[in-house]
Amino acid sequence: MADLTTTFLGIKSPNPFWLASAPPTDKEYNVRRAFEAGWGGVVWKTLGSEGPPVVNVNGPRYGAIYGADRRLLGLNNIELITDRPLDVNLAEITRVKADYPDRAMIVSLMVPCEEQAWKDILPRVTATGADGIELNFGCPHGMSERGMGAAVGQVPEYIEMVTRWCKQYYDKPVIVKLTPNITDVRKPAAAAMRGGADAVSLINTINSITSVNLDTMSPEPSIDGKGSHGGYCGPAVKPIAMSMVSEIARHPETQGLPISGIGGITTWRDAAEFISLGCGNVQVCTAAMTYGFKIVQEMISGLSEWMDEKGYTSVEEVVGRAVPNVTDWQYLNLNYVAKAKISQDDCIKCGRCYAACEDTSHQAIAMSDDRTFTVIDAECVACNLCVDVCPVENCITMEPMEPGQVDPRTGKVVQKEYANWTTHPNNPGAVAAE
Amino acid sequence: MSSPMTPGIAPARLPAEDIATNFADLHAPYTPHEAAVASDRCYFCHDAPCVTACPTAIDIPLFIRQISTGMPEAAAKTIFDQNILGGMCARVCPTEDLCEQACVREAAEGQPVEIGRLQRYATDTLMARQSHPYARAAATGKKVAVVGAGPAGLACAHRLAMLGHDVTLYDGAAKAGGLNEFGIAAYKATNDFAAREVDWLLGIGGIAVETGKRLGADLSLDALSEVFDAVFVGVGLGGVNALRAPGEDMDGVTDAVDFIADLRQTNDLASLAVGRDVVVIGGGMTAIDAAVQCKLLGAQNVTIAYRRSRDRMTASRYEQDLAASKGVRLMFNVLPVAIRGNGTVREIELEYTADTGAGLQGTGETICLPADQVFKAIGQTLDSDAGLALDGRKIAVTGPGRTGRAGVWAGGDCATGGNDLTVTAVAEGRDAAMDIHTFLMT
Repeated sequence: MADLTTTFLGIKSPNPFWLASAPPTDKEYNVRRAFEAGWGGVVWKTLGSEGPPVVNVNGPRYGAIYGADRRLLGLNNIELITDRPLDVNLAEITRVKADYPDRAMIVSLMVPCEEQAWKDILPRVTATGADGIELNFGCPHGMSERGMGAAVGQVPEYIEMVTRWCKQYYDKPVIVKLTPNITDVRKPAAAAMRGGADAVSLINTINSITSVNLDTMSPEPSIDGKGSHGGYCGPAVKPIAMSMVSEIARHPETQGLPISGIGGITTWRDAAEFISLGCGNVQVCTAAMTYGFKIVQEMISGLSEWMDEKGYTSVEEVVGRAVPNVTDWQYLNLNYVAKAKISQDDCIKCGRCYAACEDTSHQAIAMSDDRTFTVIDAECVACNLCVDVCPVENCITMEPMEPGQVDPRTGKVVQKEYANWTTHPNNPGAVAAE
Repeated sequence: MSSPMTPGIAPARLPAEDIATNFADLHAPYTPHEAAVASDRCYFCHDAPCVTACPTAIDIPLFIRQISTGMPEAAAKTIFDQNILGGMCARVCPTEDLCEQACVREAAEGQPVEIGRLQRYATDTLMARQSHPYARAAATGKKVAVVGAGPAGLACAHRLAMLGHDVTLYDGAAKAGGLNEFGIAAYKATNDFAAREVDWLLGIGGIAVETGKRLGADLSLDALSEVFDAVFVGVGLGGVNALRAPGEDMDGVTDAVDFIADLRQTNDLASLAVGRDVVVIGGGMTAIDAAVQCKLLGAQNVTIAYRRSRDRMTASRYEQDLAASKGVRLMFNVLPVAIRGNGTVREIELEYTADTGAGLQGTGETICLPADQVFKAIGQTLDSDAGLALDGRKIAVTGPGRTGRAGVWAGGDCATGGNDLTVTAVAEGRDAAMDIHTFLMT
């Protein structure tokens, strides 16, 4: 079994699976149970300033989106930062860290954008013995109305300023947690970097309304007939998160900035994908909230098994492996030609590929009287929609054509050479080949 | 060539190809697509009822999730960590009475997650690698004798070997495997699975197998205790209960376990002779296995005669339905009172019974069935106690298989406390091994 020990920002943990700052990490009881279950680290639920804690609503805090069989695909929440006294949280963090020195303990913070507020809280966090802090510039609901959370994360100048204060008044690593509720995630990441951040973590949750009750006309979760947008998370947000992670990982200005990946990680495979896109570790919340802390066992065994199969001996070897393959559309190889192929042995004759292709794509699948579905190569543009809607994994595959073969759709010979849009004759701005 | 109608006991009642089809895998193994769909149904319950229901406490939600995330070999490890005979148990466990009965989806929809078949998918995948997934701990220099190479003995021997002890595994039969090899219906463990599983299990190393050595005849506890640091007894139940009905000694009246063993060991099923009219006496799994296989070999009429009511039958409802689906007739509340024939059985007389609350009583009314073959499947008994203290008719054990004799453990069907299931024997062998290990290392 591959060793999953991970060192992120100099913080060692037995595996790259940390629990994200969220309801599961709000108190000692949970965090101890999480560590017993095998989690490599936690980011403690966000602490606010000294004084009367925030209050939460007393009705539903969560809304959900389901897939087939009521599988939870997306969750949103309107819970605020910890509503427990600062002293209690700090004392608990101190105790738990002392009892679990081999696990990562990060403290998430959200205090007003005033230097004094940070100056006040940081020494108290230092005193807990925690390994680092994460700045919550991401929560999109509630706190953002008070000028914190996403309200900070949406203004790169604020990110830079606060990060700088933290680096000034705190000695250990500072992670900046980014909101996805912006247009270009590279801007806040670069701002964090300029402020001296040791890493960024992303994504925080996405503005969302999961459903509307059509009897009461209230958005869900509904508090006495009214709803507010909440932060969306879970498997549904993974593609958005991975794209944002990859943008930071490959942007010249932010390249090499350590990233803690967050966003719908549910299985070992999700984690491996985030890591391959440049994350030094990953943070998980919704999977634990759906299945309990034990879910980490599958992540640990799966990642380890996969690394063994591939011959990787450390998580570090996997970090960023896919980043060089993330590129702009204009650099994709237009000479690469593939055709869909339906395995008649695996086909269960549901006809979903046919409906998708016939109605909405390229009329490239033929259906016989006995429900045999075959690809018409002369029409197939290899869009992949049939693969995506087929209920049987690997029943439909995309088969690349060999150079020298004639594409029956275009009548052109498949070229071996790579050629992209930048040199394509149809591109008015094409650069002449040298 | 004979046919189902041929009188008496005759071989080749069906064409060889029909017999081959009849004895194919009861449940075909899952394809990857089927496994993906089936594993997707698991809810990953907390403190899952299926785990509680498993005598070996396999972490079922975890292994199913490992299948669903594309890691069937990691899933197999999860299974084997608890149950090294997880491959056989996936085939023979009465899951309908254990994990699948406890599945919350059984309660919700009457359609449990198919745990047994998923377990087989995982274990088959790993075993197909032809390598053994465990390594032995550093040698302890301790020697343990395991007497009986059935499920309990195999599980015990494997765990001990893994912990670094040297094991000698004895069995009275000519090959290891116990009931897995000799006592389970052929269609549940096709392609010589029992023997292949033993070979694979022995891949751990450190286990010397000595067959043809029977406790009480070739081996004694005194002699073993002199050579070994500890002894585990898992000899099963070698004896068969008698019917105690007149005519029992007639030709054509035999023990169902012998019939099943012959069937499992032959390499030509068509050569096995079976009656036209077969009556199997009993209500357990052995009765079902014998009856169904008679039918699959081409017997025209096969009847299971059980003395109590249906709800008392130890064979599960699923197994009863399986028998019925193969054309076996199930009779309840009938007790054999006489077996008749001219040296060879021709007829059996059964008396109807009623359970009056004061025990089973004959009603006086009888029925005669034509029979040219009668199988006794009314339970097995311990045939060698090797001088160990008994509780009732089994070796008395406390805790993890400790017998009344120091340095001797027992488990599986021969010991008290179990339920005569393969999976329970595995659990007992494993737990005894852990206790032996603690004993040896302190």
